[in-house]
Amino acid sequence: MTKIEHHLSEQMLMAHAAGTLPEAFDVLIATHISLCDTCRVLLETYETLGGAVLDAGEECAMGSDALTATLARIEAAPADVPARPRIRDAVFPAPLRDYVGGDADAVRWRPLGGGVRQARLKTAGGATLRLLNIPAGTAVPDHGHRGTELTLVLQGAFRDADDRFARGDVETANADLHHHPVAEAGVDCICLAATDAPLKFDGLIQRIAQPFLGI
Amino acid sequence: MTAPKDPADWTAYVIRIRDHRDRAAFAAVFAHFAPRVKGFLMGSGASESLAEECAQEVMATLWHKAHLFDPKRAAVSTWIYTIARNKRIDAIRKQRRPEPEDLPWGPEADPAPEDAIALQQETERLKTALDTLPETQRALIQSAYFGDQTHTQIALDTGLPLGTIKSRLRLALERLRHAMQ
Ligand SMILES: [Zn+2]
Repeated sequence: MTKIEHHLSEQMLMAHAAGTLPEAFDVLIATHISLCDTCRVLLETYETLGGAVLDAGEECAMGSDALTATLARIEAAPADVPARPRIRDAVFPAPLRDYVGGDADAVRWRPLGGGVRQARLKTAGGATLRLLNIPAGTAVPDHGHRGTELTLVLQGAFRDADDRFARGDVETANADLHHHPVAEAGVDCICLAATDAPLKFDGLIQRIAQPFLGI
Repeated sequence: MTAPKDPADWTAYVIRIRDHRDRAAFAAVFAHFAPRVKGFLMGSGASESLAEECAQEVMATLWHKAHLFDPKRAAVSTWIYTIARNKRIDAIRKQRRPEPEDLPWGPEADPAPEDAIALQQETERLKTALDTLPETQRALIQSAYFGDQTHTQIALDTGLPLGTIKSRLRLALERLRHAMQ
């Protein structure tokens, strides 16, 4: 496993621990955590803080028969949680496979222009989640966005200004940042991107095309 | 069976549930945590009846998933918090909660007991540190977790501008970090 250079912000990790993010961001973060021990430790720290907040928080009395009712629930549903099968050398970690319905070969890509392909993944909570496949050596159209965009590399690598992003790396872009990722030569670059508002592409045609492309 | 004198001992209770399906241990854990989970869910905007039902489901999940509890990786309060949070996301926010995959090199099959004890002590210190924060800072951290609300909503509730909320939250976390050292 190569070393991850670009991590999630602590704010993102805290919000993920608190469970207040749109689902699209949760999927991207869980996918990164599946590859990154550094962020996993920070997430667990914020979850520990959540536990402390819960323990110190206000109590609200349970109903008088609550314990009996709960034991009845336990009897009624002797649930066994099936373990997720581990797939060796998968391109997509398990949380992403759950949304795709398989690994990278199961994605139903749609052309986006310039050889770039994308696949939207259905999530709740308002933000957008999509996979991008950028042919080696190709640039993604220069774009800004109204909100935050997280981009996680799963295969290949891209460069944006002075930074290089490879498998496991996350690029965080905000509304004021115009970025211009270019996929490196070699293999096609596959990224997962979560955006909390529709992207706005530069250039009239792309702007007109935007509603049709569903970006 | 009543609550342990040392809060860290909740671990022993959950292990009794895990290994022996011990109902007395479950009743003690239930008595302590179920009302807190209910309070947490009501603080997130759930009605009393929904919070009651969800708190029961959270405690039932604790029973069913007890075999997954790893005292080296989480204190009982942390573990119950994550179950309660996921229930809130599922039942109140109507979203799925994606769970990360375990890293290929973990979790270790045979955790060293001293690691588990160190983790429980860290958790206790964090709780104590949270208690020593000034009230306004503690309230900010609580609302970041309790409310099903973003910083924007907190800004509306408190009348503070968003930038102020974020910097105050950061300050609160800094103080917490300092208190832990
Ligand atoms: Zn990371």
